[in-house]
Amino acid sequence: MGEVLALLFNTAVFAAALRMATPLIFAALGGIFSERSGVVNIALEGMMLIGAFTAMFVSHQTGLPWLGVVGAVLAGIVIGLLHAFFCIHYRANQVVVGTAINIFAGGLTVFLLRYYFGAAGTSPSVPTIPDITIPVLSQIPWIGRIIGRQNPLVYLALLAVVVAHLVVYRTPWGLRLRAVGEHPRAADTVGVHVFRMRYLAVALSGALAGLGGTYLSIAHLSRFSEGMTAGRGFIALAAVIFGKWTPYGALGACLFFGYADALQMRLQDVGVPTQFMNMLPYVLTMVALAGFIGKSVGPKASGEPYIKG
Amino acid sequence: MLSRAKAIRWQEIVTPLAAVVLALIIGSGFILFVGENPLTAYRILFVESFGSIRNLATTLQRATPLMFTGLAVAFAYRAGLFNIGAEGQVYMGAFAAAWVGFTFTGLPRFIHLPLAILAGMAGGAIWGSIPGYLKAKLGIHEVINAIMLNFIALYLTDWLATGPFHGGSWVPETARISPSAALTRLYPPTRLSGGIFLALAAAVVAYFILWKTRQGYELRAVGLNPQAAEYGGINVAKNTVIAMAVAGAIAGLAGTEQILGLHNRFIVRFSADLGFMGIAVALLGKNHPVGVLFAAILFGALQTGSAAMDRLTSVPRELITIIQALIIFFVAAEYLIRRILRMREEA
Repeated sequence: MGEVLALLFNTAVFAAALRMATPLIFAALGGIFSERSGVVNIALEGMMLIGAFTAMFVSHQTGLPWLGVVGAVLAGIVIGLLHAFFCIHYRANQVVVGTAINIFAGGLTVFLLRYYFGAAGTSPSVPTIPDITIPVLSQIPWIGRIIGRQNPLVYLALLAVVVAHLVVYRTPWGLRLRAVGEHPRAADTVGVHVFRMRYLAVALSGALAGLGGTYLSIAHLSRFSEGMTAGRGFIALAAVIFGKWTPYGALGACLFFGYADALQMRLQDVGVPTQFMNMLPYVLTMVALAGFIGKSVGPKASGEPYIKG
Repeated sequence: MLSRAKAIRWQEIVTPLAAVVLALIIGSGFILFVGENPLTAYRILFVESFGSIRNLATTLQRATPLMFTGLAVAFAYRAGLFNIGAEGQVYMGAFAAAWVGFTFTGLPRFIHLPLAILAGMAGGAIWGSIPGYLKAKLGIHEVINAIMLNFIALYLTDWLATGPFHGGSWVPETARISPSAALTRLYPPTRLSGGIFLALAAAVVAYFILWKTRQGYELRAVGLNPQAAEYGGINVAKNTVIAMAVAGAIAGLAGTEQILGLHNRFIVRFSADLGFMGIAVALLGKNHPVGVLFAAILFGALQTGSAAMDRLTSVPRELITIIQALIIFFVAAEYLIRRILRMREEA
């Protein structure tokens, strides 16, 4: 029992949890912006995958991993705009378009991977973004070992949560965003440009999901491999719901899911099947939706195309 | 001058066809990108999938599971439900069928095979009815729960097939099913199985239920307008659960066919998006059983031909995944297609 407790509160596990949570945090924030504007985004998975590939590719071609970050953000924006174009302009079913983007991303990344790097399912190793040590923070006894030395993208993710919270709740833009997602007709009546807001939100969603993918291919690992997101886009979606469509809530959910992920290998040694830990985020989200942990209710107009009348 | 009914039917066929043509045109851009001739690549794709009886049999074999998953999505769609959970239902059905297949030995074939098929249907039906029940009882949108259940099914069957029911070899799969539970191979050496007849039967049954029974009338009424249906005395909650259970059973048959007709054991992660491709098939088939069958054959053909295209040209076989995704985009955005077609008529 003491062993298990020591394992559960191990600083190495907490540090790993933070690392595992990082791609989820980016993607979940992306999900929040999109859903808050009224566009369901189940394409986070595909957007992350495209981001991961682009980051690897740019880093491979230029040797500059930070340029890879920029490339992944741009690629995410392009895919976001594609999602927005079909969902907003052509009023296509948002879940269907999301599914199409996920399939498209899976096909495109492997198509390009095989064209540029041959038959193997993985890319060659590419330059990555190195971890950094934060001077004072790393000296603090217990906490320092968790957050004192991490990847810059980890810190960026945490910063993004705070910024997202401020943007959504403390700015006029955030108010308009929420209005468009809750009651687009009312927002339209008072002069908010519904289409423009939704385009911006979904593009931002793509950019953030792209960043999440970036972390996977050029920070956590140093290569892209086929389907490397492995459902993380959907875990991020689960985190959005679990966190009740708020940045801080989603952060909590992502940290918890990341913690479960970090524990997975270690718990296997004490007899807990890894698959059970893999299932956890999805089971908990269903439980949360069913109202057992306080009712989780999304933006009202989420999923419905707006028809200007 | 076409009658109104005929004009509508014409459009039902023309928009999916236009979506396929558009997807192939954009796909040719990808072929040019890798420095190959689109006509050559598409010719190989066509010849390899339809050029001989053997190729046609392979195409049908690839199409069989997609017929089931396409029907599973279309059936739920008719009741106003989006069954994005077919993937999970495939896994649960497949495992249930496999379990009956390798657990019971010594049964005569005419008992064992139907039993395995029924188990597969039950596995899918149970998994499908969960989001249906949660929607009916608690009003939770079926899409989110179905997505979550997809992953739960994936990991649950992963655990079952590598843990309690591991086949003993180092590969992540169960023991082989008894031959008495296997579907017949119709045209060896191709792997086309008797499952194709099951798929055709499922299409006929789905059509019959939806358009020839009172139950189907209720399902479609709920799909068209749940408020009006409820007002008209139809139990919307009950029909929601029924629709998802039937859809789940059909998706379960896709998994069943893959196990009893193709793999003869449960292999972890064998499905590889059969359920999601079912969404594409249903959309392309306009959520009609007949349309679904044709759409599944098209997708089966693309998959069959892609292997040869990959071998004979430098076009990676993932081109067809891209084309399939593009088809979904265009079918989903019907307005876009209509606008393009109208523009051509005016020109």
